[in-house]
Amino acid sequence: MLKQLNELKSAALKELEAVSQAKDLEAWRVRYLGKKSQLTGVLRGLAELPIEERKQVGALANRIKAGLEENLGQKSRLLKQVGLAAAGEGIDITLPGRPYPTGRLHPIAQTIAEICDIFASMGFQVVEGPEVEWDYYNFEALNIPRHHPARESMATLWVDAETEKGERNMLMRTHTTACDTRVLEQMTPPIRVVMPGRVYRYEASDATHVPMFHQIDALAVDKNITMADLKGTLYEFARRFFGEERKVRFRCDYFPFVEPGVEMAIECLVCGGSGCRLCGNSGWIEVLGAGMTHPRVLERSGVDPREYTSFAFGMGIDRLPMLRYGIDDIRLFYGSDLRFLRQF
Amino acid sequence: MKVSLKWLKQYVDIELPPAELADKLTMAGTEVKGWQVIGGDWENIVVGQIMAINPHPNADRLTLPTVDLGTEQPTVVCGAPNLKVGDKVAFARVGANLIDGHSGQAIKLETARIRGVVSSGMVCSEKELGISDSHQGIMVLATEAKVGTPLADFMGDVIFDLDVTPNRPDCLSVIGIAREIAALTGREVHLPDAGYEEAGETIDRQISIEIAAPDLCPRYSASLITGVKIAPSPQWLQQRLLAGGMRPINNVVDITNFVMLEYGEPLHAFDYNRVRGQRIMVRRAEEGEVLVTLDGNKRLLSKDMLVIADSERGLAVAGVMGGADSEMTGRTTAIVLEAANFNPASIYNTGSTLGLPSEARMRFERGISPELTLPALERATQLIIELAGGQAAKGVVDVYPGRQEPKPILLSTGEVKRLLGVDFSIKQMKEALTSLGFDCQPADSASEIRVTAPYWRSDISLAEDLVEEVARLIGYDRIPVTMPGGEVPRQNPAPIIDFKREVRRHLAGYGFYEVVTYSLTGLDLLNRLLPEVHPLEPEPLRVLRPMTAEQEYLRPNLRVNLLMALEANRRHEEGGIRLFELGRVYVRRPNDLPDEPEMLCALLAGSRFDQSWHGGDEPVDFFDARGVVEGLLGRLGVAADFQPSDDESLDPAKQAAIVVGGKRVGVVGEVHRKVADAFDLAEKVYLLEINLTDLLPFTLEHKLFQPISRFPAVVRDIALVVDAGVTHRQVVDIISGFPLVTEVALFDLYTGGKLPAGKKSLAYRITFQSPSKTLTDEAANQVQQKIIDKLAKELGATLRG
Repeated sequence: MLKQLNELKSAALKELEAVSQAKDLEAWRVRYLGKKSQLTGVLRGLAELPIEERKQVGALANRIKAGLEENLGQKSRLLKQVGLAAAGEGIDITLPGRPYPTGRLHPIAQTIAEICDIFASMGFQVVEGPEVEWDYYNFEALNIPRHHPARESMATLWVDAETEKGERNMLMRTHTTACDTRVLEQMTPPIRVVMPGRVYRYEASDATHVPMFHQIDALAVDKNITMADLKGTLYEFARRFFGEERKVRFRCDYFPFVEPGVEMAIECLVCGGSGCRLCGNSGWIEVLGAGMTHPRVLERSGVDPREYTSFAFGMGIDRLPMLRYGIDDIRLFYGSDLRFLRQF
Repeated sequence: MKVSLKWLKQYVDIELPPAELADKLTMAGTEVKGWQVIGGDWENIVVGQIMAINPHPNADRLTLPTVDLGTEQPTVVCGAPNLKVGDKVAFARVGANLIDGHSGQAIKLETARIRGVVSSGMVCSEKELGISDSHQGIMVLATEAKVGTPLADFMGDVIFDLDVTPNRPDCLSVIGIAREIAALTGREVHLPDAGYEEAGETIDRQISIEIAAPDLCPRYSASLITGVKIAPSPQWLQQRLLAGGMRPINNVVDITNFVMLEYGEPLHAFDYNRVRGQRIMVRRAEEGEVLVTLDGNKRLLSKDMLVIADSERGLAVAGVMGGADSEMTGRTTAIVLEAANFNPASIYNTGSTLGLPSEARMRFERGISPELTLPALERATQLIIELAGGQAAKGVVDVYPGRQEPKPILLSTGEVKRLLGVDFSIKQMKEALTSLGFDCQPADSASEIRVTAPYWRSDISLAEDLVEEVARLIGYDRIPVTMPGGEVPRQNPAPIIDFKREVRRHLAGYGFYEVVTYSLTGLDLLNRLLPEVHPLEPEPLRVLRPMTAEQEYLRPNLRVNLLMALEANRRHEEGGIRLFELGRVYVRRPNDLPDEPEMLCALLAGSRFDQSWHGGDEPVDFFDARGVVEGLLGRLGVAADFQPSDDESLDPAKQAAIVVGGKRVGVVGEVHRKVADAFDLAEKVYLLEINLTDLLPFTLEHKLFQPISRFPAVVRDIALVVDAGVTHRQVVDIISGFPLVTEVALFDLYTGGKLPAGKKSLAYRITFQSPSKTLTDEAANQVQQKIIDKLAKELGATLRG
């Protein structure tokens, strides 16, 4: 019976395709959708079928009926317009419109806006800091003194400028975490901020490295901020940015400016956790580093760590549209190629 | 760091499969980046011993070894040149999975007839077993290998690749990782018994040690071993080093490296007979002191570097690299074994100044515990006696000026809750900490414990550090998920954030694509913007050690990168191109960070619209660019004035300054022909540039509502003839200065034709309207006549007949 119905549908559509005069449409309607049509007959006879078959056949017959009615409507509108056009009264609506130039925002700008909007809805305010920074804000204030190994993992571009004291301590910020101390110095708790922007590394370009990219950091300071709140905030972000189904993992990790430290990973977007090349067979993709702001960082900026607790996180932005759109070369973001930019 | 599972199993019982073990370590902070199973598919491969080697009857290069497998003694065909009777080898039976030595493909071993002789099995090379790429000859196994045992039992292993975080130098050792595994799986760690027999004279009579720079060397321990014989290490030791990524050298050096991998304490062996004056001194180098290091290079030292010296000269750059002068040779018979501790910052400075990376340096830089020296020293001394012979002098030298008593830390359940947002009991906290080797004692309050970190945990100094230990042991997944409570902070959003977003969207709406380009640029590129050669003013900021000449200066404008982007796109794009970038430029300030104004720069080139059936493809001109500026500013709610401008990168005749509220906020114009040429752009290019930081305040000005007149307006058109030098602006200023005039619009501009040379015609539509009454024709006529009179008087305008 199901097969018969499908054959009936094919036959009906084929015949409709061939109709070229509005007046012939009524005959087609009577034949396929009319009171004496085969389809109507099937629907009438449903009650006699066994319950299981009735469900299946009924559903299909109704779907076909609705489909055919929709097709009939379309055909009827088409024939009408063709008729008007032929009579010199209409226009060919399939002709293209006037070509107004279209433009688009850069995918990174779109991503930053999306992330900021998610955090704004959780009470986080967007602030920005300078891209050219002092060593103090980029390193010292974050528990990264001169000999710290963490400096090696952030190859730094130093600026050729001397202070009055003859020190060369101006640099291109290596992470947006450099804004943390400025915020702590300038604002009074409770604080909730996100800090997006460009960051720089002394690094040659390849498919996964560029000397300039984007990050966003966040900071929440209050009397009762906990790691549970950090988890809650990040879960909410992950849910909204990566989707309801995407699994999230928190593991212990080390960053000099937080204690305890956390790394958040999401289930791999390509393999869904079973392991592939993108995730290095781990099933997880690291998304951000986080933790409870180190008491010395708070103290140094005049926030009493006995009174206040704080969480912070920092995330690379470029990676997110790369994962989302399957972009395999980070340099494309900075190549200004319209063939790339038109796609977002 | 690479760690062998087999080695780990010597210190801790491990039953978990590799994947689960990796997961536990990763979740607790030491990420396992991957692991390699050695011998996972070595079925049908066993240890054999070569009993006899007969020549192949039909081939000179092949032999017929007979191999004892315990249960049987097959004879097979072999092409390897290094077969020796008595050698232990890996023997593959038919059915074994191997790598083809020539093609590198995976194969299953089958019985084969080779030059007329049937061979059922094979003696394997390292490559055939998948251990390395070596296919020079068959792999000879250590003599302790037992004939007949499966090769996987003898040599199989799992090598974990660990990413040890910089705060955990203790985990740069097998014992350190074993301790983590023990804590995470509820097991005990068994440390090796490092006892050894001492003999002969006491060490103090044979060598003296002095630390002249105790700030840079908190501890120096040493033992002395005489009668050693330098030789290659046994195979098991070499294998351990290879698995840890180090190259075997000789038994003593290999032992120092082995113990470094085992305990995490770098050791160094000096040839005792080359230490002059029986004296070791730890001192700062003299300025200009030269030392030839093990790699044969002359190193110029400075006085902030630490050296290990004898009474006459430097022997080693402390903690970084040994010296060639005291290096062990094949003739060495007595050694001084050093286990010391050095200041991390000093090691970092010395190592990075000399450009010497090393395993030892990495450990010292991260701050290993000075308590480590003795256990490691004892262990290495024991192994040297065992594997290189000789005898240890009585006692060790141990100079320890930097001894620090461990400081107990108070940890309360309240502190754990305050940071983690979850209640853990004292019992849970104690269990977690004790399993990691921490000592937990009761404190004054029942909700507190007094915790002392084990000596190897040099990273622990605060209660927050202990909270992390508790959290990672119990598991981060046990921390609940909540949203920050309390008062939502007052929002004082910086208007520039929304403003930038709005500008971006408007530009996209006008058909522009946003680009993001690098903030650094080159002097040569910047100079292309100048039709006449002269220095840039103000001089842009420069980076030290630029990567390339194109990435040397902090950009003072966005123009260079946009013009380059346009040129790059022109290679594959026809038609109209519109690009913009919104980003910062950097302006030098004395004794301060540079100013970083937010700039907008946009380019238009090519056709106004794509060519289509609706019409042609007229090119854009100045008024397209200006129209975009007017439209953008209009949408932002500010009125702009366009005034004469002298931007040298733009065509002198076709440019205007954008002035808002009396302030010049930008410029719009046609890119100077010479500049366009410098960027290989043959077409006309229009540019607009606005300093958004300067513009922003004007967009925030408070506006008042203008009442809408209820009375009808009167509209009049006038066509004027004026001298070509008279500007539209002059005319409009006069007309709109009259009362009742609410709007003036230019609707036609005409030159040539019947007009005399040097004249042009401007046609205006003027709207008259009163806010308080219906305007009569009479009243409008009066004003119109006054306007015409004034235009005639001031600008010499006549009405066009």
